Amino acid sequence: MTIKDIGAIVGVGHTDFYKRGQSGDQTELELMLKATMVALDDSGLTPQDIDGFSFYASGFDAGLLATALGIKELRYSTIMSGGGGGSQGTIANAVAAIQAGYAEVILCTKALKSGGDTGRRIGRMGAEPRTGRVGAGAADWDFYHNFGLTSPGQSFALMARQHMHKFGTTSEQFGAVAVSTRFHASRNPNAIHQMPITIEDHQNSRMIADPLHLLDYCLETDGGTAVIVTSAERAKDLKAKPVYVGGAAMGGPGPFGQGIFYLQMPDDIFHWSGHKPVADRVYAMAGVGPQDIDVAEMYDHFTPLVIMQLEEYGFCKPGEGGAFVEDGGLRFDTGRLPVNTHGGNLSEVYLLGLTHTIEAVRQLRGTASSQVKDAEVALVTSGPGILPTSAIILHN
Amino acid sequence: MTISQEHYLPESVVAIFPDQYSREYWDRIARGELAFQRCAQCKTFRHPPGPMCPKCSSFEAEWHTVEGKGTIYSWEIVTLALNDALADYVPYNVVLVEFPDAPGVRLVTNCIDASKEQLSVGMPVEVIYQKYSKATLPRVRKA
Repeated sequence: MTIKDIGAIVGVGHTDFYKRGQSGDQTELELMLKATMVALDDSGLTPQDIDGFSFYASGFDAGLLATALGIKELRYSTIMSGGGGGSQGTIANAVAAIQAGYAEVILCTKALKSGGDTGRRIGRMGAEPRTGRVGAGAADWDFYHNFGLTSPGQSFALMARQHMHKFGTTSEQFGAVAVSTRFHASRNPNAIHQMPITIEDHQNSRMIADPLHLLDYCLETDGGTAVIVTSAERAKDLKAKPVYVGGAAMGGPGPFGQGIFYLQMPDDIFHWSGHKPVADRVYAMAGVGPQDIDVAEMYDHFTPLVIMQLEEYGFCKPGEGGAFVEDGGLRFDTGRLPVNTHGGNLSEVYLLGLTHTIEAVRQLRGTASSQVKDAEVALVTSGPGILPTSAIILHN
Repeated sequence: MTISQEHYLPESVVAIFPDQYSREYWDRIARGELAFQRCAQCKTFRHPPGPMCPKCSSFEAEWHTVEGKGTIYSWEIVTLALNDALADYVPYNVVLVEFPDAPGVRLVTNCIDASKEQLSVGMPVEVIYQKYSKATLPRVRKA
């Protein structure tokens, strides 16, 4: 038994997108509520219809959200572990809960004030002065922090270097990911960065952690996102055209472990994004393969990770991701595979993953700003780099 | 092994908070000895140190001293300091080093004497020790 086609996404919503710190005095709760009301309006449901929550990336206080939303009864709430790697796992968990009979209408939501409410900046994770032990594994930081390895980007730079070494992948190829993604953002009125860029712009952008330039990095932004999931049965009677969850998977290779904050992965998976087993399982459940995917929304916190995912999801052979993305390979209109048609984390907004889900839903409804013609099957992936990651396949 | 007072990165970023698994590592480093934890039963290395062998599930561990000669597995040049204390120290490198006598272990460290042009995957290096007031750190130089 699997969750194949048991559930559907019936509503998507988000707030305005803000550069880091520019969302004013709105709290993450407020951003979450605003996004949720947009998603509910999209679906034709009301807050009183919601009976379950599915969170990720440290989650949120379910009781706080339940009272703020004014829901009747909370029947289910779950948090997917891992950071942005959990984003699509929220959809998987929602459908599984529906199948189990725990709940019927589940809100998957994430809001982020990057450096806002908590004062923590994701891009500087690990850079803060340390004052002592916090929990299991905290002493591991001694092995990184003392040597100036103080951020996710710096860790990914080491993985990117190995990919370059093993396969001859180039910085210009990383740049090609940024250029295609920005091209899509230039057509998306919601995107924070809409000015098109060239490979030259990428090469001239300042180096942050060589081999990674500024334009290899995602944004630091504020905003809220929400996705409403219900049973395929109930979805039939709602306002929006249902988008069905054909497959879902989460996890990754065990030895990948903490990935970017570990760096001891076996050599044969060091240059991975950690997605390979998830890719195999999500395809198997949905009964499709890479050749069936019309559009892919791939978590892009750093450009090399998109290249790695293209390889692990079988769109090209291992080591050939660099060539795959060249010459507009990811463009929605003329590319080999349309990827991140909204502008992704690199150019639209970085809210840890549900914006990719929202864009996939729009593609399958035929309402995207860079619409892929006759899109029927979409792949959505979550943050690669630590365990667990996750992915879903949606279809209309 | 030489323990030097010269520093690659500043005193102000150095701090260690050893736990029951890593204390032995840092104690040995302070004596100028690079040793990694390994399973006392199946001899599989694990790093950072931890409670159980992921290969044979034994909780018995021992420490194995390595010669300190290794090769660079991956490297980067950090050009944007994310910690104010490092602002005057960019660009600095971060390297991952493997040791033939501790297979499966990668040490995150810095190469104190190699430029960007000189750094490469496979480059031979050797460990040196830099003493700070709060800890001694293992770093590498060209071999």
